[in-house]
Amino acid sequence: MSDFKSAAGLVLLVIATLVLSSSAYTVSEIEQVIITQFGKPVGAPVTAAGLKFKLPFIQVVNPIDKRILEWDGSPTDMPTKDKLYISVDLFARWRIVDPLQYFLRLRDERSAQSRLDDILGSETRNAIAKHELIEIIRTSKDRVPTQDTTLRDANNVLGALVPINLGREQIEKQIFSAAASKVAVFGIELLDIRFMRINYNASVRPKIYDRMISERQQIAEQFRSEGNGEAARINGNRGRELQKIRSEAYRRVEEIRGEADAKATEIYAQAYNQSPDAVHFYEFTRTMSAYRAIITADTTLVLSTDSELFRYLKGINP
Amino acid sequence: MPPPDLTQALARAFPLTRGPSPKVALLLIGGAAAAWSSVYTVPSDSVGVIQRFGAYERQVEPGLHFKIPLGVEVATIIPIKRQLKQEFGFTTEGATNAYQNSREPQAETQMVTGDLNAALVEWVVQYRINDPLKFLFQIRDAQSTLRDASESVMREAVGDRTVDEVITIGRQEIEVEALARMQSLAAKYELGISIDQVQLKNVNPPEPVQASFNEVNQAQQEKEKLINEARREYNKIIPLAEGEKDQRVREAEGYQLKRVNEAEGDVARFNAVLAEYLKAPEVTKRRIYLETLQEVLPNLRSKIILDEKGRQILPLLQLAPPPASTP
Repeated sequence: MSDFKSAAGLVLLVIATLVLSSSAYTVSEIEQVIITQFGKPVGAPVTAAGLKFKLPFIQVVNPIDKRILEWDGSPTDMPTKDKLYISVDLFARWRIVDPLQYFLRLRDERSAQSRLDDILGSETRNAIAKHELIEIIRTSKDRVPTQDTTLRDANNVLGALVPINLGREQIEKQIFSAAASKVAVFGIELLDIRFMRINYNASVRPKIYDRMISERQQIAEQFRSEGNGEAARINGNRGRELQKIRSEAYRRVEEIRGEADAKATEIYAQAYNQSPDAVHFYEFTRTMSAYRAIITADTTLVLSTDSELFRYLKGINP
Repeated sequence: MPPPDLTQALARAFPLTRGPSPKVALLLIGGAAAAWSSVYTVPSDSVGVIQRFGAYERQVEPGLHFKIPLGVEVATIIPIKRQLKQEFGFTTEGATNAYQNSREPQAETQMVTGDLNAALVEWVVQYRINDPLKFLFQIRDAQSTLRDASESVMREAVGDRTVDEVITIGRQEIEVEALARMQSLAAKYELGISIDQVQLKNVNPPEPVQASFNEVNQAQQEKEKLINEARREYNKIIPLAEGEKDQRVREAEGYQLKRVNEAEGDVARFNAVLAEYLKAPEVTKRRIYLETLQEVLPNLRSKIILDEKGRQILPLLQLAPPPASTP
């Protein structure tokens, strides 16, 4: 008897527990809930978090995320207006604002993500095809780049940005506004989209690299030629300086020597020219000293007996 | 909620007839488990966020805390004081944060610059969770969103710059700009995250291009070398030439002194002799003449003395034999 009683009590307890656990449910801060009865939504979505109750067994809880959700596109190759193949990778933030609509049209996030793939994918293609690559790369129209002064280049091609009309942000806006209206019907609010990665397609890359290499080589060549040019200039300066210094030295030397000679001449002239006797005496003594220098061992001298020296050879009386 | 119920249910379904002790034991075990699951600690660098039946209940500071057990209250520990970082384009081993490491390092680094060149950029974002509620409830996977936003922002900054700015001169500027933009994006997305720093790491030209970038550096060095060598040659020669110039000028000055002094000496001597000469000109003159000839003539090998009146061609005197050999 007591066994039966306790068994019945146990069964009752199990049933009560089952009913309770099937009718009570919790709603987290991060979600909202749509209650469906035989697959059909019943009542307004439950958005407040906490412990809630529903009809057991026949009603089903469908949690739907309330947070900002991510959509992360996969990198896709597509051509720009200037026929460059680039790989574009986008991401978007979105939120379920009309859970009922969302639930009816899409049921779960997987299908929502695939709709976003389709819509954002095609809008991106459209936008990219309408614009040149640089419009997607650059953002601000009027930025003046800082130039590396050591790399300045005669044509000024390097260190310059390619000009743009719209810029990345505007194109993001174009994609956003085109896609936002299309996803609105699913109860989804698109919060924003941004280009995450834009890269040259593998087939374009070698050409870009070649261009970069040739640009760099041009700079390198310029450096070498600048080096050689500057060296030549310095060598030229050296030659000029050398000639200048040497010729100045020559001039100075000649000036000084000239002065010296002039001074000496003046001194001599003053002394020798002081009186007719002095002139005569100078002529005489200078001639005498000239004889000493001129008449050497090899000289043959023909002297007359009339000469001052030998006149006495003929006798004492002249 | 279910496990303790089950324990009790089991205890009732299979009553152990040996006495009350197993029942009590089970109850005790259940009680202990419940007590155990109601105690939790929040580490000093974190806060705990308590949800009761899914609804946000309270936020607790570090320390030992209690909550309603059996899954009624759930505590999530958020390390708000910990400095977190995300790496892009490279991976440091041993990261505890799952979001720190680069997912696709190759693709993350490749960027297109504003002059349509390519660059490889590696960077780090330092951040903290500053609003645990937003972090948990406003956005799903805030840290993954942060990664996406960071990549997007970095490309925006790089896209507005030339390759030279990106690689060398504009690094600081990029860091500052990326930080500002990331901060505004973090606020816009309600990530509950504050961005502290954006740091650029290795920024390089793509592999195939690197050699040509090095070539530029080499050419720069070469230029310096050529110029320095030319300067060396200049410096080797010009100061020497200056010195030589001075030398020659000094020598000339020496010559000048010599000339003037000699002239003055000559003149002094001349004047002295002249004074004596003037006293007896004829005799002095003759004396000097004779002295000179006396000095000069002995050196001569051949001397011929002619007599005007004799008219003979014959030498009157042969004072020395004819020279044996004349050069």
